[in-house]
Amino acid sequence: MATAKTWIEPHPGGIYVKPADLWIDPSRPVERAAVTHGHADHARSGHGAVFATPETLAIMALRYGVDVEASHNRAYPYGDGFDRGGVRFSFHPAGHVLGSAQILMEYQGERIVVTGDYKRRADPTCAPFEVVPCDIFITEATFGLPVFRHPPTGQEIAKLIGAVRAEPDRCVLVGAYALGKAQRVIAELRAAGWDAPLYIHGAIEKMCALYAAHGVDLGELRLVSETDKAEMAGQIVLAPPSALNDRWSRRLPDPVTAMASGWMRVRQRARQRMVELPLVISDHADWDELTTTISEVNPKESWITHGSEDGLLRWCELHQRKARALHLVGRDLEEEA
Amino acid sequence: MKRFAALIDRLIYTRSRNSKLALIVDYLRHTPDPDRGWAIAALTESLDFPAVKAAMVRTLLATRVDEELFRLSRHFVGDTAETAALLWPDNKPLPFRGGVGVGHVDVAQGKQAPPRPSPEGEGELSVSTAVDALSAATRATAPEILASLLDRLDADGRYALLKLALGGMRVGVSARLAKQAFAQAFDVPVDDVEELWHAIAPPYAPLFAWGEGRAERPDLKDVAFFRPFMLAHPLEEESVDLTDYAAEWKWDGIRVQIVHGGGETRIYSRGGEEISGAFPELVAAFDQDAVIDGELLVRGEAQGGEAASFNALQQRLGRKAVSKKMLADYPAFVRVYDLLAVDGNDLRGLPWTERRRQLEAFVPRLADSHFDLSQVIEARDFDDLAERRAGTRDAAIEGVMLKRRDAPYVAGRRAGLWYKWKRDPLTADCVMMYAQRGNGRRASFYSDYTFGCWSEEGELLPVGKAYSGFTDEELKWLDKFVRDNTLNRFGPVREVEKSLVLEVAFDSIHSSKRHKSGLAMRFPRISRIRRDKPAEEADRIATLQAMAT
Repeated sequence: MATAKTWIEPHPGGIYVKPADLWIDPSRPVERAAVTHGHADHARSGHGAVFATPETLAIMALRYGVDVEASHNRAYPYGDGFDRGGVRFSFHPAGHVLGSAQILMEYQGERIVVTGDYKRRADPTCAPFEVVPCDIFITEATFGLPVFRHPPTGQEIAKLIGAVRAEPDRCVLVGAYALGKAQRVIAELRAAGWDAPLYIHGAIEKMCALYAAHGVDLGELRLVSETDKAEMAGQIVLAPPSALNDRWSRRLPDPVTAMASGWMRVRQRARQRMVELPLVISDHADWDELTTTISEVNPKESWITHGSEDGLLRWCELHQRKARALHLVGRDLEEEA
Repeated sequence: MKRFAALIDRLIYTRSRNSKLALIVDYLRHTPDPDRGWAIAALTESLDFPAVKAAMVRTLLATRVDEELFRLSRHFVGDTAETAALLWPDNKPLPFRGGVGVGHVDVAQGKQAPPRPSPEGEGELSVSTAVDALSAATRATAPEILASLLDRLDADGRYALLKLALGGMRVGVSARLAKQAFAQAFDVPVDDVEELWHAIAPPYAPLFAWGEGRAERPDLKDVAFFRPFMLAHPLEEESVDLTDYAAEWKWDGIRVQIVHGGGETRIYSRGGEEISGAFPELVAAFDQDAVIDGELLVRGEAQGGEAASFNALQQRLGRKAVSKKMLADYPAFVRVYDLLAVDGNDLRGLPWTERRRQLEAFVPRLADSHFDLSQVIEARDFDDLAERRAGTRDAAIEGVMLKRRDAPYVAGRRAGLWYKWKRDPLTADCVMMYAQRGNGRRASFYSDYTFGCWSEEGELLPVGKAYSGFTDEELKWLDKFVRDNTLNRFGPVREVEKSLVLEVAFDSIHSSKRHKSGLAMRFPRISRIRRDKPAEEADRIATLQAMAT
């Protein structure tokens, strides 16, 4: 059996798969890139050829103008994959955002999984995470500290609805990352029975349309820019986090500032963001999800990337699991967590 | 504890003062005794449980959570109580694979349930039960008691409990705000609340009884109670007319109130904290039925028995008991500014001129070894006063106070009545040497800076540490500078490239054996970032020594 060290090289700018001359989630333009999902810290523009799920390619086309039709870009649905240089690559659901995938690589009897970003709890906008047995599990660790335990999503959505109803003269402005989080909050609101139109910032409009085109029902969405101020009283508005304390929000009726993010678990973090209503809703695995996943995947070795590597590393040590930290750069897209 | 935890949570995220006020008013009206009393005492940092301290909480956590994971988490969160609250194991952990759906939560924000005889549901931990348990704790029993309380709470409840036990609530509720909330909740005059507040101990049952009209105003005749201090605004006007304002030196000690009543003498610091234990000689020497406001100072040999710098006074502060040597080396006295009551008469309603007249007649009744009169500065006009202020070199003088001659003695800061006009700060150009992350809101920023000046041998020696004076924009810039110029990491501290010059402002500088440079600054703060200045051109230690008093 091959040993991973001979065929896979973690670099600060991504993971290089030697026999296939291919990078996974490279941070700089390369000849060949396999991409786990569409967030900017994993998907960049300017690669020669991109290998990804059809949804991720569609997202990259929308965000970075990647040409989906170009023959060198290849789309593989979940479970499917390709061979290159003796390595078998295949894509498996990661439960993070629409199209997000773990990439399984098999080479000379050795199996390595790169998770990209993932979560384990239910999300109406994407396929649920699948446990893929492997020898080396390369996992994210955004919330790799035991202080991060996300509460049930339904509880946070109820908090949001409660806040809107408590002050019918105001609106609640929810800061939610434009790809994934915004659509998930919308879908969760619909699942909780919130039927009223939802008002959105222009920056998330196209991504919502992309989700809808992929069969995710988001209900009626209206653009804030095309709506009278008075109409939004007692309603829910969604915008990217950067717009929360921006002049843009002046067009809203006395907004209560909310933010949907796993970081909201820590009070001082929420205060730093000037948030009045913190909603602990995350697309990343929390501490329990991370540790449970390592137990379930049960790899020979875990490689831990971007986030609180130290915490998860320590957990592995305490549970006699072999692990090491990979120091990848540019993987801290705080807004998105 | 649920209602209290919810109150704290909402206060944390509520920025407007009026909204905070409304939340507390609502809580006070709708929470029964004694919970509301304990809660308000906790919010205003008036509780102390000597057996429960942060170090003990850390030790206790180590019995439930791996120490390394606690350390990493504490470092990230920036607050011991919050870290412990989040890490303490839940009795019923949340299953993460719960489906979509609306969980049962109380969403009635802004509306409170009507008062109930029992503040919490059956079997739920009440604030007063927690306070009773913590008060009864000894060093030996505290860990077990705290553990059993934590076991009965969820993460939000644990946060509230730990903040209550350890202090450092940081919800932006001053004692003043709490008193206003009380006055508003029960429609009583805030000045009455100010006065009664410090005379009655938590959980303030007689105060609530009076507020709700169930009892008479508590009688303070035989109590040595604290009168809220009258405070000053910084002088921002170009000048004031000295026919309207009297000028006095502002002495650099600590402001105290000495109260004799009900057969005992108490010394209170500015926040109403009793510090009698640290100054027994003053307690013994104050034998008149009166209440005075003054500056506590120590005599210095170098000053010929006159007032020494704050540095000397510091030796006497923060002590519960004091040795004979301390008493002899740093003899304390009070320079009296004002007379608030004498021989059973409250003078606070009288204008300053009349109080001053009575004060001048009163001070000779006190032992002159321990009490003297703060002199009025006889300046011809404002320009003359400005000249005297600029000319003084006395180490114990912080600046000038301007007091409106016709003003009564009123609690707090009132516009136009009293002004403080501090001496211009000294400045020095120093080089940043080390940086440390802040706490709380600044947990993600390197916001505490140690800086140094050059010795004759060309070595950079630390002269002080500052964590204020810069804007939010400047903080972002400084934080980036630290991250981009790190040489070494020592836990939370980073050593940086010695290339950035900071202009540091400080009120005074004194010799100190504690520091290698032999100097200690008072109130150092960053006044400017001197990106333009090369580090070699920063000030030398010798220059600072020349400023020392």
